[in-house]
Amino acid sequence: MLATRIIPCLDVDEGGVFKGIRFKNLVPAGDPVRLAQRYYEEGADELTFLDIGASWKSRKTLIEIVEKVSRVIFIPLCAGGGVKSLSDIKELLRAGADKVSICTAALENPSLLREASLAFGSQSVVLSIDAGRTGQGWHAFMKGGRIDSGLEAVDWARKGIELGAGEILLNSIDRDGTKEGYDLELLRIISDKVSVPVIASGGAGRLEDIYEAINTGKADAVLLASLLHFGQLTISKIKNYLKSKGVKVR
Amino acid sequence: MIGLIDYGAGNLNSVRRAFETLGFKNRLITSEEQMDNSLDKLVVPGVGAFGYAVRELKRRGLWPAIKNWLKENRPFLGICLGLQLLFEGSEESPEEPGLGFFIGKCLKLPSVKVPHTGWNEIELSQSDSLFEGIKNREYFYFVHSYAVLDKSDNDKVLALTSYGGNFISAIKQGNIYGVQFHPEKSGPAGLKLLLNWSAKC
Repeated sequence: MLATRIIPCLDVDEGGVFKGIRFKNLVPAGDPVRLAQRYYEEGADELTFLDIGASWKSRKTLIEIVEKVSRVIFIPLCAGGGVKSLSDIKELLRAGADKVSICTAALENPSLLREASLAFGSQSVVLSIDAGRTGQGWHAFMKGGRIDSGLEAVDWARKGIELGAGEILLNSIDRDGTKEGYDLELLRIISDKVSVPVIASGGAGRLEDIYEAINTGKADAVLLASLLHFGQLTISKIKNYLKSKGVKVR
Repeated sequence: MIGLIDYGAGNLNSVRRAFETLGFKNRLITSEEQMDNSLDKLVVPGVGAFGYAVRELKRRGLWPAIKNWLKENRPFLGICLGLQLLFEGSEESPEEPGLGFFIGKCLKLPSVKVPHTGWNEIELSQSDSLFEGIKNREYFYFVHSYAVLDKSDNDKVLALTSYGGNFISAIKQGNIYGVQFHPEKSGPAGLKLLLNWSAKC
């Protein structure tokens, strides 16, 4: 049986790792390569690097980090943030990423998902959805959560998979960095409706939240940032807890 | 010297970097001429579609060279699609036959969530130096939509994995090995397997 994945997420800006609350108020959280090494040794199942600066300088930093990390760490690496074109994707894959996550560019130009999956395979295309609650449901947002695309998050997830995305990284804008728990309703709705793995992101504050994302939200993997970076939880603590609850972990 | 077959699809860097970390010299093979006598071992890493890989290998003149390599029972490791190519064909690309080294065909995985993405256990069917020092039911990293479903009479099978049914996750005949998972992405256990293969298989 497939194990549920625990994925530390490292937000990268010029030269470092940062983590914000509700996509704002960024604070530094340590040297990325050293952090990555630590998580690998602790049993991380995968690592995600997101370029939050979305400038040529932060992209350069991201590529350098991915390159360095992929020489010493042998688990799947996902990179993203500001990815706009096939050549951006190629550059990150060449640097050592196994997958690339695409958010805004996919909403602006959905055919990018198709082109990327044809060129590099669905397994390397992660559709990142920044979902925010609107009146009745959730919409997919663009530009770091600032602009509502008007699309229903569920419809967009299904469309993205049809176009070739091999995984969905589902971020809750409302919960990001709040430690109030994942948006379980959102998670469950998307997980039930798609045929590819769903990675839950945004809102974990306690061990129970992580368990609920898996148990109630039906997430295949959970993405964690501040909880790990600031040392409130460790990967082994999380895995031991999940194991005690009957969740399959590596 | 380990040769890594490059057919222009997946990212070979991680396989290269894994061998480099383990201290084994390797180089990329993109054409038939490069398959010279300096090679002791051959790896066909895999990402991409079955048919695309077959056509690219043929276009680069590597298909007959690989067939000869297998016929001579020289050390070989097929990873993911590299394992699938060793079989007779795949449902993914029915128009392109495989290398036919093993009997059987790759079928679409009979599970709800495909591709099978993530860490899964392997159940060892027999002991082999490839898995020396690796415990039974160890986790390895998988990413694939097609697989060779279990043939229980197949004495060449080294390990099975379950995902909506059993499929072959490792197989061997003579010096020819195939693994469905990605050892280069499977952490310490994966590196151990590559070390075993490089040093003992």
